[in-house]
Amino acid sequence: MPEMNLVQAINSGLRGAMRENDDVLVMGEDVGRLGGVFRVTQGLQEEFGADRVIDTPLSESGIIGTAIGMALHGMRPVSEIQFADFIYPGFDQLVSEAAKYRYRTAGEYQVPLVVRTPYGGGIRGGQYHSQSPEALFIHTAGLKVVCPSNPYDAKGLLIEAIRDDDPVIFFEPKRVYRAVKMEVPEETYGVPLSEAKIVRAGEQVTCVAWGAMLYEAFSAAEEAAKQGIDTEVIDLRTLWPLDVETIVSSVKKTGRLVVVHEAPQTCGFGGELVALVTERAFLHLEAPPRRVTGWDTPFPQTHEHEYLPLAHRIIPALIETARY
Amino acid sequence: MHIIREDGSLDPGLDPGLSIDRVVSLYKAMTRTRVIDDRLQRLQRQGRIAFHVGSLGEEAAIIGSAAALRDQDWIVPCYREVGALLWRGYPLQRYVDHMFGNADDPIVGRQMPDHTFSREHRYLSVSAPIGTQLPHAVGLAWAAKKRGLDECVGVFFGDGATSSNDFHAAMNFAAVYQTPTLFLCRNNGYAISLPTDRQTASRTLAEKAAAYRMPALRVDGNDVLAVWRAVREALQRACDGGGPTFIELITYRLGGHSTSDDPRIYRSKEEVESWRRADPLVRLRKHLEQRDVWDDDLDTDWRAACKAEFKECVRRAEEKPAPDLREMFTDVYKDQPLHLAEQESRCLAGPRAAEEDHD
Repeated sequence: MPEMNLVQAINSGLRGAMRENDDVLVMGEDVGRLGGVFRVTQGLQEEFGADRVIDTPLSESGIIGTAIGMALHGMRPVSEIQFADFIYPGFDQLVSEAAKYRYRTAGEYQVPLVVRTPYGGGIRGGQYHSQSPEALFIHTAGLKVVCPSNPYDAKGLLIEAIRDDDPVIFFEPKRVYRAVKMEVPEETYGVPLSEAKIVRAGEQVTCVAWGAMLYEAFSAAEEAAKQGIDTEVIDLRTLWPLDVETIVSSVKKTGRLVVVHEAPQTCGFGGELVALVTERAFLHLEAPPRRVTGWDTPFPQTHEHEYLPLAHRIIPALIETARY
Repeated sequence: MHIIREDGSLDPGLDPGLSIDRVVSLYKAMTRTRVIDDRLQRLQRQGRIAFHVGSLGEEAAIIGSAAALRDQDWIVPCYREVGALLWRGYPLQRYVDHMFGNADDPIVGRQMPDHTFSREHRYLSVSAPIGTQLPHAVGLAWAAKKRGLDECVGVFFGDGATSSNDFHAAMNFAAVYQTPTLFLCRNNGYAISLPTDRQTASRTLAEKAAAYRMPALRVDGNDVLAVWRAVREALQRACDGGGPTFIELITYRLGGHSTSDDPRIYRSKEEVESWRRADPLVRLRKHLEQRDVWDDDLDTDWRAACKAEFKECVRRAEEKPAPDLREMFTDVYKDQPLHLAEQESRCLAGPRAAEEDHD
């Protein structure tokens, strides 16, 4: 089995999905001839032609809006938004149109659309190449939100998202695009949506993370273990609809919860996770649930490693929560 | 372009040569739409429906366009084009059920009145944000082209939409990829209160197409034959691989923006009166009378028949119960996720706003 990084695995997922179904196409800025600014779509135009790997004009609402039209016709477009920070011109199309089409036609029409977009900081990208806007989409009824952390999941979740009949926003952790390598099958396979994964079993505190921060949570857990704190780490993989059961049963066991995300704290997804767990496992809690997140500022440039909830901030949160 | 002259005769050089039966059917559809409009306006004033957005004065632009399209072509509506949907045979009862948001409303009470759709009639769904439907029309046509299907797409929008982001995105994509899309711009003079000359500094809306290298036509939108001819020409070009066309249909909104609007605040009686003289129904009727196929008796009978049909639909619609409350929680996703199943149970088991039993 070949080793792939995230970029190669997503590329392999797109290739597989396009070979499997002629209705799948890829569109976005610079995705064709250049192969994408991160080279995620490299080589796809050579294999599938410029009609299926489409270099579009620079217009996010056009990329998403015309893809919705194609999806209404029955195709399965995969739109790339070059950076999640630039998704907002297409936000209206996602929130007002893609998310609501099934509901407002009682299922007569559907929008099987995937919007892939690299998100997150740690690449010296400053305010406009670092954002994590997942909560905006989770808040919108009708959208599914996926955020893989590793190459195997990324490929399988992407294929599953393309097969899915609902619109999916697929956030790719660009900080670890090339940093992680693992064995990934050449053939197509699905990883089911809405299934979280326990990546490190533990007894004393539950730590929930996703995307690039999963690695920080994991190394914080390893570090805390040296100080005698046994952490269970959960990779959400799909943010919405949520696999709440996996989190709640873990917290019922550990009695403690720490949520980690890059996005700002206020109205971030962490607040929702804490509320959901508190509602369902209140009497099991031994400590106040804790959030370790980005600060409520725009994403900074020079001090991005102080902004991000990296392991150095997660470790004390795990220890304090465990010893509360 | 004008074809029907003020005296009711046709410009022989431009007459598209439709059979007289076809022209009568256009007149009947336009009149039916107007009767329905009038009745819905009254129902709203009586508090029996929540809202209506009508097409008074714009019937030629809407029905003429719909008639020029073929059955396999798609219509992407703005929100004033239910006449086009009815032209395609959408059952009036279904529309009235929707206006009342009852159990037989195809959207089971999830939308304001006048937010129709029908896959069977190749008619996408009305949404309220302005211009958002335009890229869908381009994508739909693009998909048809990619799949090698002989389908074109006509998309309606108003003068106001030409200022929206999505208008530019859609025009640009359509021209770059040469999609078979017809941009049917109903320039009815106003975007709620803002007149077209304050909406844009362009002298015409049609000239905007030039920047995208898209052919454009300016048509008398109150002349149903001119509308038909322009749309059919654009359709032919699109089918022949000639790409999109922008058609400015110059018309006038004789009524308010919707039942929530009071146009007396922003325009003069004289202005409205001058456009009343250009009423598309009056002009077409003159032509039919000149050809001896229509008269006062036929007109009175037809309007009475339309009223009776509508009244009966309203009677049935008002007898129907509200949609099941559970419908509020379905179709958010294809399969209902856990959180919605839980919220549905909580809602059903919880206190009710209304006293009616929804089971």
